[in-house]
Amino acid sequence: MRYLPLNDTDRSDMLARVGVKSIDDLFADIPENVRLNGLLDLPKRASEMEVERRLSAMAAKNTSAGSVPFFVGAGAYKHHVPATVDHLIQRSEFLTSYTPYQPEITQGTLQYLFEFQTQVARLTAMDVANASMYDGSTGTGEAVLMAHRITRRNKAVLSGGLHPQYRAVVEGLSSMAGDKVVSLPADPTGTEDILSQIDDETSCVVVQSPSFYGQLIDLKPIAEKAHAHKALLIAVFTEVVSLGLIEPPGTQGADIVVGEGQSIGNGLNFGGPYVGLFATRQQYVRQMPGRLCGETVDAEGKRGFVLTLSTREQHIRRDKATSNICTNSGLCCLAFTIHMSLLGQAGLTKLARVNHGNAVKLKKLLGGIHGVEVLNSAYFNEFTIALPKLAGDVVERLAERGILGGLPVSRLEPDNKDIANLLVVASTEVNTDEDRAAFADALKEALA
Amino acid sequence: MSMNTQGRPTRPGEADGAFHPKTFTGNRGLDMEEPLIFEFGSLETTGVDLDEDDDVDFELGGHRRQDEIGLPGLAEPEAMRHYVRLSRNNYAIDSGLYPLGSCTMKHNPRLNEKMARLPGFGDIHPLQPVSSVPGALELIDELAHWLMVSTHMSAIAMSPKAGAHGELCGMMAIKAAHTAAGRDPKIVLVPESAHGTNPATAALLGYKVVSIGAKDDGTVDLDALKATAEEHTGNIAGIMLTNPNTCGLFERDIKLIADLIHAADAYFYCDGANFNAIVGKARPGDLGVDAMHINLHKTFSTPHGGGGPGSGPVVLSERLAPFAPLPFIRKTDKGLELVETTSATTEGEQPFGRMTAFHGQMGMYVRALSYMMSHGSDGLKQASEDAVLNANYIRVGLQDLMSLPFGERPCMHEVLFDDSFLKDTGVTTLDFAKAMIDEGYHPMTMYFPLVVHGAMLIEPTESESRAALDLFIATMRDLVMSAKRGETDRFSGAPYLAPRRRLDETAAARKPVLKWTEPEPAEVSPAAAE
Repeated sequence: MRYLPLNDTDRSDMLARVGVKSIDDLFADIPENVRLNGLLDLPKRASEMEVERRLSAMAAKNTSAGSVPFFVGAGAYKHHVPATVDHLIQRSEFLTSYTPYQPEITQGTLQYLFEFQTQVARLTAMDVANASMYDGSTGTGEAVLMAHRITRRNKAVLSGGLHPQYRAVVEGLSSMAGDKVVSLPADPTGTEDILSQIDDETSCVVVQSPSFYGQLIDLKPIAEKAHAHKALLIAVFTEVVSLGLIEPPGTQGADIVVGEGQSIGNGLNFGGPYVGLFATRQQYVRQMPGRLCGETVDAEGKRGFVLTLSTREQHIRRDKATSNICTNSGLCCLAFTIHMSLLGQAGLTKLARVNHGNAVKLKKLLGGIHGVEVLNSAYFNEFTIALPKLAGDVVERLAERGILGGLPVSRLEPDNKDIANLLVVASTEVNTDEDRAAFADALKEALA
Repeated sequence: MSMNTQGRPTRPGEADGAFHPKTFTGNRGLDMEEPLIFEFGSLETTGVDLDEDDDVDFELGGHRRQDEIGLPGLAEPEAMRHYVRLSRNNYAIDSGLYPLGSCTMKHNPRLNEKMARLPGFGDIHPLQPVSSVPGALELIDELAHWLMVSTHMSAIAMSPKAGAHGELCGMMAIKAAHTAAGRDPKIVLVPESAHGTNPATAALLGYKVVSIGAKDDGTVDLDALKATAEEHTGNIAGIMLTNPNTCGLFERDIKLIADLIHAADAYFYCDGANFNAIVGKARPGDLGVDAMHINLHKTFSTPHGGGGPGSGPVVLSERLAPFAPLPFIRKTDKGLELVETTSATTEGEQPFGRMTAFHGQMGMYVRALSYMMSHGSDGLKQASEDAVLNANYIRVGLQDLMSLPFGERPCMHEVLFDDSFLKDTGVTTLDFAKAMIDEGYHPMTMYFPLVVHGAMLIEPTESESRAALDLFIATMRDLVMSAKRGETDRFSGAPYLAPRRRLDETAAARKPVLKWTEPEPAEVSPAAAE
């Protein structure tokens, strides 16, 4: 087996050195009646060529985003990632290292985490960011738990513009933990009355902007109302590129900001691995979940970085920890950090402008089609259209024509017939005028 | 002293009064000091060229960002050099033995990376039409099959994002099963030797954690368990047990423990962090396990990546199978169906909810399947055997000098020492570990598990050659002898030769600096400014 350095001579010599007759003597603690004598009922070893052949055959059955006009967003976005990023994250020293428990020999990881935390804090305009969560959805669940710890209340109010699967994560965790959730109905236009839901029992209000439907939401009045009731505002985003162009949640009064960072540095990967961004105000830092990297000095006074405030974490505090998270999204953070370092604010602002500009162009094209209504007044690179037919059927028709044209809301909300005709579409920098024209033509045909 | 033909010493340190230059840059040859991007990047610079955008008719409402973001950019060569230099300050499996117990730092085949980057896997969207991704469902289903056969379990929840997330998933399934049966037990039993994630997970779900002690041999105290189970009759939700346990030992009484737990109407959650010891040798499904997460980044070698991403699918027993969370793949006569919402469920499917948006860590699934297919049933078994053999080889190579808390018995894939061999040497476990760094090794896991004093948990994995193990053993013996000889300087100030000397973690926690801020401009006196 090509990955195993020991040969049979090594093995027999080593068994002799250990003082046993056979390898099974080392497994003697496993009760005999449950010890496997033969092999698992699985195929035997395969050469590199053979594995490549079989997996490539599976991959070839899928339509990749880059091979067609592509307009699906809804929480994961097709962006161009510079070649440098993927090269650097495959450096052995990054790829095959682990959590920096020994800071003297993991300054590489620690320094990029410190850069990552600074980038996320600046993007969101918050005081502190952690060294990542698994993704935006699980980060949202953690944010709600954190708010409950801070406020010592247990009722979360979820906006109807929150991604339905994020909502499901929060609801699942809350129902298991015995906490309360008030979920508002689907809100494609951003016109729900969330303020009236906030009362003295509310721990936190969870609002996504741009919303799942693409609508930009003014967070300030929500923050004000929440704070008047000593509740917290948790601001969520799924498209981090939007922060290059729109007002960050930190300046709108958010107390915890959580978002999906996949768009920067990370591919679509059918939903994972992604990277959860998590930031808060200084006063709440000790209630944060996850790892934090901090600056310090070594014995010679040189600057260095370490994991810090670990007394919040499970390996120290066990059942009193702020979260059970251990392994997070290290390498995806690195991809994010490198891509963001390449962009800088000059590049990010421009990238955001191109995204928005492309969405505006798409909106004009699609909005001009007979029977199509655009629901959003203010949006970033994604918006929702109402169709005269079931959106699920339309998307299948488009796919038959080789166009992946957005997400029918009904896929995630099958029980709500009111929104069965809604389609969420995104246009990023990867789309060309030809892509958009092909989409519009195909949509016209599908609706005819 | 040996001289070359010019009469100069051929080796540093041989010359009298060896010269240690203090360099202008602070660099030491290849060992480079590297500033933060914020200290040398420019707000004007970008390393990404985008096609010129036309004039945009903004439709942002009043939401346009007003303030500067404050993110410097780097040109491509600057970024390349910065991150390459940072990388060189990291220890990694690819550069040396990484005996971090409980973390299974094994070789990461690059074939897996290549496969995960095929556009048909890496460039597909989780919400594009299911009809356009049949190969993705096939891959997930195929990996699920390999994992279920390896564990002999009935069902699997693929979506958890890492080990701790898998624990949460398994415990949520257990809670859902109790609720469905009209029960509401409040207690979860956790042995003292457990990973911190176990009690943290139970507490997240509102359970009270009751700790179970260990016997002198490092395994669960069955009598104590019986007594606790009786004391809390009817109120126990389950047990969270790692097997092989964190002392590197297989719990011999595992079947008895499972029977005891099941008799108490409770479930057996197995922490699968140490599955690498037994793949192909024993199957959790035969041991009475109801749920177990599998750390794909440990056992099946999707890379650790400096702390993730991981992936923690959870295999489930028949009793827990109905409660597997969304999404899952259903096999029908027509092929594979992706079930994403409760309204798509059929009879017998009662998902407790959803762990995450989308479908889990696809990128890690591809790598894990590539690893498993490469090994096959024979290679997986061989890998476990080699992992266990390597750990025992280290054990016998060190047991006369270091101290085994549970006597000279075989271990599984990792060997646990305590610090009694350092007694009266003036060297602590931490000092000892830091001295390993100077010898070019990543230290083992220290001070865990908590059941022994000054724990040192060594897991070599199957990826090490005999020569590599021999050198490691010889190095450890030299360090131990050195400590016993009272050469405390070698330890107390270690590491001396790493990119950094020992870092002050207390100062970091006392006044946390968690991001870079612009330094205050130095005060300039009017006279000096002129």
